[in-house]
Amino acid sequence: MSELQLKDLYDGFRDPEIIRSLAKQITTEAQKLESPLRIMEVCGGHTHTIMKYGLPQLLPDNISFIHGPGCPVCIMPKERIDHAIALAKMENTILLTLGDMIRVPGSKTSLAQERAAGYDIRPLYTPADALKIAKENPDKKVIYFAIGFETTTPMTAAVIKQTIEQKIDNLFFHINHVLVPPAVDAIMADGKAKINAFIGPSHVSVITGAKIYSPLPLAYKTPVVVSGFEPVDVLQGILMMVRQKVEKRAELEIEYTRSVTMEGNTKAQTMIDTYLQPRDHFRWRGIGDIPYSALELREEYAYLDAEKLFAELLPTEPIDDHKLCICGTILKGLAKPMDCKVFGTACTPNTPLGSCMVSSEGACNAYYRYAGVLE
Amino acid sequence: MKTVQLSHGGGGEETNTLIHDLFYKHFNNEILIKAEDAAVLQINKKIAFTTDSFTVSPIFFEGGDIGKLAIAGTVNDLAMMGAKPLYLSSAFIIEEGFSFSDLTQIVESMAKELAKSGAQIVCGDTKVVPRGSVDKIFINTAGIGELMKENISVLNLQENDLIIASRDIGRHGATVLMARENLDVSADLQSDCETLWPAVEALIEANISLNAMRDATRGGLSAVLNEWAQSSEVCIEVEETAVKISDEVRGICEIFGFEAMDFANEGTFILAVSPEDGDTALAILQEFAFCENASVIGRVSQKYPEKVVLHSAYGSSRFLDLPKGELLPRIC
Repeated sequence: MSELQLKDLYDGFRDPEIIRSLAKQITTEAQKLESPLRIMEVCGGHTHTIMKYGLPQLLPDNISFIHGPGCPVCIMPKERIDHAIALAKMENTILLTLGDMIRVPGSKTSLAQERAAGYDIRPLYTPADALKIAKENPDKKVIYFAIGFETTTPMTAAVIKQTIEQKIDNLFFHINHVLVPPAVDAIMADGKAKINAFIGPSHVSVITGAKIYSPLPLAYKTPVVVSGFEPVDVLQGILMMVRQKVEKRAELEIEYTRSVTMEGNTKAQTMIDTYLQPRDHFRWRGIGDIPYSALELREEYAYLDAEKLFAELLPTEPIDDHKLCICGTILKGLAKPMDCKVFGTACTPNTPLGSCMVSSEGACNAYYRYAGVLE
Repeated sequence: MKTVQLSHGGGGEETNTLIHDLFYKHFNNEILIKAEDAAVLQINKKIAFTTDSFTVSPIFFEGGDIGKLAIAGTVNDLAMMGAKPLYLSSAFIIEEGFSFSDLTQIVESMAKELAKSGAQIVCGDTKVVPRGSVDKIFINTAGIGELMKENISVLNLQENDLIIASRDIGRHGATVLMARENLDVSADLQSDCETLWPAVEALIEANISLNAMRDATRGGLSAVLNEWAQSSEVCIEVEETAVKISDEVRGICEIFGFEAMDFANEGTFILAVSPEDGDTALAILQEFAFCENASVIGRVSQKYPEKVVLHSAYGSSRFLDLPKGELLPRIC
């Protein structure tokens, strides 16, 4: 038997023949829809797949996508980016974070600009590197500015666990982990986006289980399909939604059966619960305050909590976006990137005014990158 | 361990020893060993002239090192203009305490790479700076080449030209990234770092219409195609499946969320040739081991002037944009 290669895991899910055939099936089925299908893809990863593979071009006009608030960088309010900057500027400190978080503008600068000014700010490939960096720099305070949805939370919890077990006394955590269901609820309760179907991100549900979405079909009569990130996964998910609509069902279904179950990874859930708890409030960029929509360190681990330990340095006032930026409206599903006056002109990936243009998972970035700036 | 000391750059006896025992030994040629303040060159043809500074971390990587890079990089810039590489300068800025055996290995690697194009290093300079002033070693090379074919230009793409990539893309960027971040993902991944002149020379000798030619270094394939589309005010339409990407590079992109088309290459070039020359150009390229995967990846049109359009195998299209900002791994 030959060795399993990485490509064996994705090649089939990008097969042009299967993509074409699914698009055709969707087009046929969609003729039976009584009203247009307005699908919210909650996750920025799905937005990226949809734009990168040009899926809207393959689908009929009565199916459209509304891009949701599921990009952890995009929903980070400016005051929390200012937290990261304030922490990074403390003496003898290394600030760690993930990916393009370092490029998002806070109220005045970004972490990348502060890094250029000489502060020690490092993007990590994996949160586990935080342990190594803390051990290699025993004389410094190392602060991990943790971001992400349910998918990345277990890694943070694992790093917290090892920090305690290995008695590392110079690694601290600024927790910004957010939760999908409360955000979706906030958008649906608002009602203006007229969403009538959801694609749930599979990697979140690998951890949480598909069960986190079970209230949605009941509350809002919308199909929910938990789907993978390859184009075949997304199209298969859409076909399942179209069929639900045609058959007048509103159910929670799993497309990504290869790793998502209803219950999810209970070990990871327990580990998260051990160290983290929902916080009373978290302000989402553009959407505003949503109760119990994010996590914080439990009281008994306050000695690791950078937000508490260095509270006197951290700004508390909310800071709004640039007044021309409509990221908030986009994150609520009420506008498309092209509807923004500054899209592609004053706001580009090099000079982002809003967070949706910064992150590679942001809707504006995906539109700019793949759909171009149509003049 | 023998190391490079500040005195090696001081201009005295140690400097002399370094020059004679290392540089003259490996770069040996009549012009260089005259050891005058400047090399005197006799060239009666139209020449191309270029310079580039090389810093890479790590300095030794799979498939090459900073020395190989410093020669191939400058020689390739000349080759891309249709110039036969003749004379190079090389200037080293070395951090105090740098390993002498590493320096020797780098110089040997430079000499080996020079032999591939026949170019000579005819002048040079060495500076040694205190620890922390540079990251180990920086090398600058400048080069002069004799123009063997004129009018190869970013301004020169014509409608219906075929776009050829000389091989699979993204190897150098992926290799250096893996090494820098200690990401041990694939054992088979090697930089494509290579001197391209022999292949270019063969294309010129066969009188292939080389309307534009560029090595896809920083910014990768995306940058080359976008610069061409903008400079020549044409549309470049690329068939996504025709662009070859090795399984190793593709795997790294999958895991970390990068695009192979944005990765740097150091021995991969892109050509725009007239449609009637396509088959001959491919046949010539495929004779060379480092171009055996050469393929037509697209063509020039007027569909969306100044844009690069990527067509998928299943009927959708999108623009291929210039890479922006530093390459950062995805979050989840």
